[in-house]
Amino acid sequence: MAISDNRKNLLLWLGTALLLAVAWILPDTGVLNPYVVQILMYVGINMILTLALNLVNGYMGEFSVGHAGFMAIGAYVSSIFTVALLPRAWAPLAFPGVLVVGGAAAALAGLVVAYPSFRTRGDYLAIVTLAFNMIVKSVLENLEILGGPRGYLGMPRLTNLVWVVVWVLLTLLALRNLVHSNFGRGIMAIREDEVAANLTSVDTRRLKLYAFLISAFFTGVAGGLFAHLLQFINPRSFSILKSTDMLVMVYLGGVGSLAGSLLGATIFTVLLELLRPLGIWRWVVGPLLLVLLMIFRPQGIMGFREWKLFGGGGQGSQPHLLSSPNPPPPTP
Amino acid sequence: MKPLLEVIELTHNFGGLRAVSDFSLQMGEGELVGLIGPNGAGKTTIFNLITGVFRINQGRILFQGEDISAWASHRIVAAGIARTFQNIRLFKELSVLDNVRLGAFAQHRYTLLDALRRSPNFQGEEARLTGQAYALLERFNLARYAAMPARQLPYGEQRRIEMARALISGPRLLLLDEPAAGMNQAETEELVRLIREVKEEFSLTILLIEHQMRVVMNLCQMVTVLDFGETIAAGPPQEIHHHPAVLEAYLGRDGALAEEEPEKAVPAPWIVP
Repeated sequence: MAISDNRKNLLLWLGTALLLAVAWILPDTGVLNPYVVQILMYVGINMILTLALNLVNGYMGEFSVGHAGFMAIGAYVSSIFTVALLPRAWAPLAFPGVLVVGGAAAALAGLVVAYPSFRTRGDYLAIVTLAFNMIVKSVLENLEILGGPRGYLGMPRLTNLVWVVVWVLLTLLALRNLVHSNFGRGIMAIREDEVAANLTSVDTRRLKLYAFLISAFFTGVAGGLFAHLLQFINPRSFSILKSTDMLVMVYLGGVGSLAGSLLGATIFTVLLELLRPLGIWRWVVGPLLLVLLMIFRPQGIMGFREWKLFGGGGQGSQPHLLSSPNPPPPTP
Repeated sequence: MKPLLEVIELTHNFGGLRAVSDFSLQMGEGELVGLIGPNGAGKTTIFNLITGVFRINQGRILFQGEDISAWASHRIVAAGIARTFQNIRLFKELSVLDNVRLGAFAQHRYTLLDALRRSPNFQGEEARLTGQAYALLERFNLARYAAMPARQLPYGEQRRIEMARALISGPRLLLLDEPAAGMNQAETEELVRLIREVKEEFSLTILLIEHQMRVVMNLCQMVTVLDFGETIAAGPPQEIHHHPAVLEAYLGRDGALAEEEPEKAVPAPWIVP
């Protein structure tokens, strides 16, 4: 048991190192043209967004339609740092810190949304998040110092494939660890039966704060990565449409599944790129996909299921552990 | 000796309806008290008031001498009052093991950062909780279902998971809300035995809501009878049995006859109000 665990860990570390090395070298080799590398980075950013939103919408069973608001806060705050507050030369070194600050600002906003969730849930909480998204967008449109509706620019292009991969892995690791702790189980218990959760000694208020905090943080980080990839942001990039895109990726990949989040983000991003020849019509694809999904496969590709790599087997509907009459306690 | 649980003149209204009226109860350590009464008599409402599901407007509840009237549910449960539900309320999509481990939510000693980093402290605590949960699953004959989603289990097993989930927090007081609901006679007898054993093993004090007279008569040392929110009788089961107000309001004349002359009794041993 211990040996195979060690081996698994070793393989995971090797895999991670290999992935980072590839991300480091690949863009310089010229094997992939810059356009493809750009798409890969979008895929990564969307993975972070989807994983983060899945925590609230999938694992906790609430319905946030305003996550673009958190993304906007992360994008603007991190950009302010690299454009206005820090000397230009420091920006590359400070970039990870700047992303964390952007994420922290978004997390703070997450608390603002978490408080109403103590009193209201379901449709009503969805409306609160919608309002939050609109407030953020309107405020940004009216802040002349941030360029108002024209947007904000001048960010150095600091986002590269390595940073994207690092943050995808960090998000994945954090969420996997969270889900397989009593906090994560408690968050899922809120989805299953909030009253029963309270009566099982689960402090649901604290867990809602945690869920929104973590979700908003990573969404904010993704916003920072996005801003320093595009080098230009404006309030319209963070409208309800952006939130809808995130919803599509979550529900396409599968609610309550990390593997599903990765799949959903990849498929959706690549699909949108492939449909570029359709011109304006390709924006119909997202909403249409959402409608079809809700009708034919509301749980998504991986709904409530998980790859073994992410700790599948403990929770969900895999029956493979049942055959042994006395399974050993699952290694955490 | 100081009572473990003391409910003092509890009154609760739903709009214009008086669901619980002037309810008082004292329970000493190690007692097993039954709460009976027809449907809508306010039994579950009392459980909900004790465990903080409803806010208490009138009356007080003391647990181990402390006033818990204004506490949040999770805090009350963490302080040592666990309960099960009339209609089973498991976390259906979660595994049996996770259901039970959640019962110990207030016990784990790790922070959010510990969990995100999987610190050694976190791993130790998780291993301890998992071990505890497995011990309970073994005790209730559920260990082989540990990895299964709770919804896939049969009814009787689900009831036992609820009990394991309630017991892992190490409660002093256990509130059982109609544990025998939907069980046949053999299953009910099994359950009565289980409750007796569990009470000894975990040195529990138990407050029990039950419809099946057989269960109450077999188990409880004291019984309180409710009707329309009012306490109409309280005392040892044998006394309650012959209490005129109870016979009239709840058992009915036939019910009384059935218990006195078991040979002639109608087959159904429980009372349908």
